[in-house]
Amino acid sequence: MLGLNKADARLYLIVVAMLVLAPFLLNPFPEGSGMAQFNAGYPDLMQKLVIFGIFAVGYNILFGLTGYLSFGHAAFLGIGSFSGVWVMKLLTMNVIPALLVAMLVSGVFALAIGYVSLRRSGIYFSILTLAFAQMCYSLAYSVLTPITGGETGLTLSLDDPRILGVSQTETGNIPVPNLFGLDMSAATTIDVGAWNFTFSAGYYFAAVIMGFAFYFSIRLFRSPFGLMLRAIKSNQTRMSYTGLNPRPYTLAAFVISGMYAGLAGGLMVAMDPLAGSERMLWTASGEVVLMTILGGAGTLIGPILGAGVIAYLESIISTIGSTVLYNWFSGLPEGLSTFLVNIIYPFVGSGWHLTLGLVFMLVVIFLPGGIVEGGKRIGGIFRRKNNEPSDTKTAAEPGE
Amino acid sequence: MEAIILQVLNGLDKGSAYALIALGLTLIFGTLGVVNFAHGALFMLGAFIAVTLRRVFNLSFQTIDETRTDFLGNAMTVNTPYVEHWFGPEVGSTIIDWSVPLAVLVAIPIMGLVGVIMERGLIKHFYKRPHADQILVTFGLAIVLQEIIKAFYGANPIPTPAPEAFIGSFDFGVLLGFDPFSIMYPYWRLVYFGFSAVIIGAVFAFLRYTTFGMVVRAGMADRETVGLLGIDIDRRFVIMFAIAAIVAGLAGVMYTPILSPNYHIGMDFLVLSFVVVVVGGMGSLPGAVAAGFLLGILQSFASMSQIIEIVPGINQVIIYLVAVVVLLTRPRGLMGRKGVMEE
Repeated sequence: MLGLNKADARLYLIVVAMLVLAPFLLNPFPEGSGMAQFNAGYPDLMQKLVIFGIFAVGYNILFGLTGYLSFGHAAFLGIGSFSGVWVMKLLTMNVIPALLVAMLVSGVFALAIGYVSLRRSGIYFSILTLAFAQMCYSLAYSVLTPITGGETGLTLSLDDPRILGVSQTETGNIPVPNLFGLDMSAATTIDVGAWNFTFSAGYYFAAVIMGFAFYFSIRLFRSPFGLMLRAIKSNQTRMSYTGLNPRPYTLAAFVISGMYAGLAGGLMVAMDPLAGSERMLWTASGEVVLMTILGGAGTLIGPILGAGVIAYLESIISTIGSTVLYNWFSGLPEGLSTFLVNIIYPFVGSGWHLTLGLVFMLVVIFLPGGIVEGGKRIGGIFRRKNNEPSDTKTAAEPGE
Repeated sequence: MEAIILQVLNGLDKGSAYALIALGLTLIFGTLGVVNFAHGALFMLGAFIAVTLRRVFNLSFQTIDETRTDFLGNAMTVNTPYVEHWFGPEVGSTIIDWSVPLAVLVAIPIMGLVGVIMERGLIKHFYKRPHADQILVTFGLAIVLQEIIKAFYGANPIPTPAPEAFIGSFDFGVLLGFDPFSIMYPYWRLVYFGFSAVIIGAVFAFLRYTTFGMVVRAGMADRETVGLLGIDIDRRFVIMFAIAAIVAGLAGVMYTPILSPNYHIGMDFLVLSFVVVVVGGMGSLPGAVAAGFLLGILQSFASMSQIIEIVPGINQVIIYLVAVVVLLTRPRGLMGRKGVMEE
């Protein structure tokens, strides 16, 4: 189907089904119940999950397939965001041109940065990308303030010269991003019993883009080009001895992953038309690395899982304050509840980054293959129980 | 002329900090083959040892001073730090005043211990793993450490002054025969520069003149052969890591009066120190030190208002630009050797 083999097609259909049904899947708890804050079925969060999924899928093409650890991919996300907002300011509020320009501009930047960084490999490459990203951040934060908005960020304003479209709506507001008239913030809510399911145009638009992005990534994984990238990861020296120059392949992978990041950045502004330089900080690059690793670098589905888990945890955990904790443990004896709150509190709310760092370390130490590897191991345990020989071949296979 | 000398001096303290962190990074690269993204966090820990020590010295108890009354006629309560109570007001206040230099003494064992724990508990298991894994796990550790500090000390910078004797500026103008007050340089920055020169000298002397140092240098040149000679590399690795941690920690302790430490000071310095290491040449100790000072001085030159007027924002990006130019022209860095960290 669609040029995919059976297993890939099944995986793709599962991902598409998850995307379509996300408003239901992410809303398992009734509204108003104590667990309702674990619901993730509201448009903002669903869009975020999908956008970071695209970012991580693209990052995986570079890191997972090629093995080049870039610490500066957030720069492309930021560049995509800034160029997206500029298209909206100058041209039209339609999101399609914004996305295209975001991909194009970040692709150009990726070409320039990749050309220089890829002259070195290994740790040098990581540090070079880090240095470039930090340079982009410094520029966006201070020097390029007329273009990037500096500290406050870049926003739409009432006097933007929008060539195709109006500067202001009739009511004097800034027009909202749309897709040929379909308002990105439009949403309908369906009440089923105690549950509210929200369907938003913005989310489904992002989900369609995700569908395309994921399809492209599968095709790329299975293509001769993808095989070449894997060869670069496994042994670059041997590959050059066979007469192949790895540089064009790595550069292409770098540009493609940079364009994915730009697409994600463009989608961010399509959902919410503002861009800030903090999106380009190197800790943000670290987060996408973590997403890819947590899910399983080099696997197809891994980055999506990782991005989903991290973006979900970030949104949910960072909203848990001490009062919420006290509510949870209100049934317990006072000493015990205070004790539990004191134990848990540093890890939630504003302490989210501590949890992130710990997850990072634990995954790298104990589960370098990520969630996918973990799932395989658990599957392996069950299979051994059925007295089947343990399947070592699947573990050794590169990629999914 | 005065302006140039001033900028060179201004660059020295920042350069010293870069050089000290880069020195530790290079030691760990060269001997252990580990890329330590948590090294900036060690610098930050050092800075917060100074902050903590000052707080400990300032711990006080309340007494009621019958001789003084507030405007309502009640007796006033007075906070007396314990150190003043125990050692007498004169000596006590001097101790508080000198908390930053005293923190150096406390930091040496603490940072050594931190280094040993880090190496034995975490880094040891990553010698055989790819560099990417080393980067990632130490990056995670750096986040954890800085978040712990944030939880205890908050997100705001904590001013930690130098001893009163070092407040004020030294007039280089008179010394060099220029107009008085033309070149003013704060005393503490001189102290910092001297301190880092001593530390760098000590590390180099240690590597140059001790048997241990000889083995370490041999290990940096060819690790496998040294191992084949039957030398217990493991124990030396721990010691090297502890030394690198101490150097980073001391750099942090002494830097507190120059820049009030906050929880992300480590990350800020780490990125720049990595660039320094790359420019200097990975695995080259003199390269790391020279590049640290060079980039520090370049950065302060780029911050001159005359230069910013010509090229706006150059002070933000000069270091990265230099790194790019150096790597494109001399891929191994200024003093790099072949075969270090090359895959």
